Amino acid sequence: MSDVYVMGIDMIKFGRFPDRSVPELGAEAALLALDDAGLKIQDMQALYSGNLMQAGAMVGQRILQEIGQTGIPVTNSANACATGATAFREGWTAIKAGLYDLVLVVGVEQLGKTGLLGGGGGGKGIPKEGLLGSSTMPAVFAEAGMEHARKYGTTFEQFAKISVKNHKHSVKNPKSMYRMETPLEMVMNAEMIAYPNTKLMCSVNVDGAAAAVLASASKARELGLRRAVRVAASVLTSDPWSERDLVMPDVNTCTRRAAAQAYEMAGIGPEDLDLVELHDCFATAEILHYENLGLCKEGEAGRMIDSGATAHGGRIPVNVSGGLLSKGHPLGATGVANIYEVSTHLRGEAGERQVEGAKLGLTHVIGLGSACGIHILERAA
Amino acid sequence: MAETAAAKRPLPVVEFLKIPEQGEPYLEGQRCKECSAIFLGERDSCSKCGARGRFEARRLANQGSLYVYSIVHRSFPGIEVPYISAIVDLEGGGTVKGNLINIDPVPEKVKMGMPVEVIFKVAPTKDREGNEYLTYYFQPRR
Repeated sequence: MSDVYVMGIDMIKFGRFPDRSVPELGAEAALLALDDAGLKIQDMQALYSGNLMQAGAMVGQRILQEIGQTGIPVTNSANACATGATAFREGWTAIKAGLYDLVLVVGVEQLGKTGLLGGGGGGKGIPKEGLLGSSTMPAVFAEAGMEHARKYGTTFEQFAKISVKNHKHSVKNPKSMYRMETPLEMVMNAEMIAYPNTKLMCSVNVDGAAAAVLASASKARELGLRRAVRVAASVLTSDPWSERDLVMPDVNTCTRRAAAQAYEMAGIGPEDLDLVELHDCFATAEILHYENLGLCKEGEAGRMIDSGATAHGGRIPVNVSGGLLSKGHPLGATGVANIYEVSTHLRGEAGERQVEGAKLGLTHVIGLGSACGIHILERAA
Repeated sequence: MAETAAAKRPLPVVEFLKIPEQGEPYLEGQRCKECSAIFLGERDSCSKCGARGRFEARRLANQGSLYVYSIVHRSFPGIEVPYISAIVDLEGGGTVKGNLINIDPVPEKVKMGMPVEVIFKVAPTKDREGNEYLTYYFQPRR
């Protein structure tokens, strides 16, 4: 089976664009990625589009109605917050299968200032939110973090330090929604949403889009590998049965399984990575994924954030883009935007936030419910 | 008269809360006879082992311990905050999510692993038809 290469990739600056439509945002990212690859929409043999909130509305086709209706097959994907990574993997799979040499992937979302996600209606009778606990996302991920606190004594302060780090990183990312440092006291004293997650420890609801052009190995060689990024692993898992998962979604097991498969597929270990963009939908989540991805030993994630190992300049920088906590989390775009961030470092084009000499990076997203998508990317040239 | 009285009985807030004609309400689990996994609510197949139609109803214990929690300070409009969203492991099996009450909603007071019990009360809200619902809560065990 052919290797798969990223030949072009880009994202729009995340923000709020109430006057623009989902297809318009997707189209802008698609054109940026095509320009980055030096290719045209007529060169694309298929489109894989990821969007969650308009999952029934043919977003991929509407993107082509903006930039060129060439009649290619379009697949629309929805997989909660793993939507973008799922669309990317659909494109990867098609090239692996030998169907196409060039495909376009777009992830796009328009969230605006949507409030709390999750929870709410559904079911018969009276509303259960606030009566039988909470199924809002901040509370669900707070409970997941408290499991770590229960096992290892992780503190509110350690969770808060995740947010301090990622907000600091975002200052150097011109495509981030926010670019403001948030000192520890500010994070800990922000409005409490669902203990231990304060408002600054929750990801930002934004509009955004990101897109990539993928190529087979033969096509990539023909186009030139100088700025190409090899997809060394692409893995998608769902959550296997676990003891409490019907009342407490398990984001750990599916991540651990995906990571093990990804490292095996790429023939590397976590110690070989130069940077990681992982799913910091809440500050509590990032702590869990240090261990889930094997970036540190079991129970050491709290000490890892204390040590600075995951800050820019540390042993293994995590979320140098600013992460979902500051760059923003446009659900369907997030998985492709993470791949953009890592690819940009592997190409040596990340400007003042560049992780020097980056050769290998990993991206990770979780869609609650659950889906885990992991990609390992390698500098080709 | 008997019919009217019956109509006024509160409805269960969830399918797995059982209100017998006589005796106390209780939570019911569905136990897979093949692999012993316990689920809340009736189902056809086991998502642990895949066995079909192999479930037996089982009365769940009212005693358990707090596994994890979050103190919710912001919820949807109209929902009173703060409250404690709790995940409780029941003795003898079954994990249930609900509100932990009769304790200050501050992290200094709420201890993971603390013994709790299930209690049953009429919920503060009614549905559009004016029906009352019986719900469950957790409270610290003395």
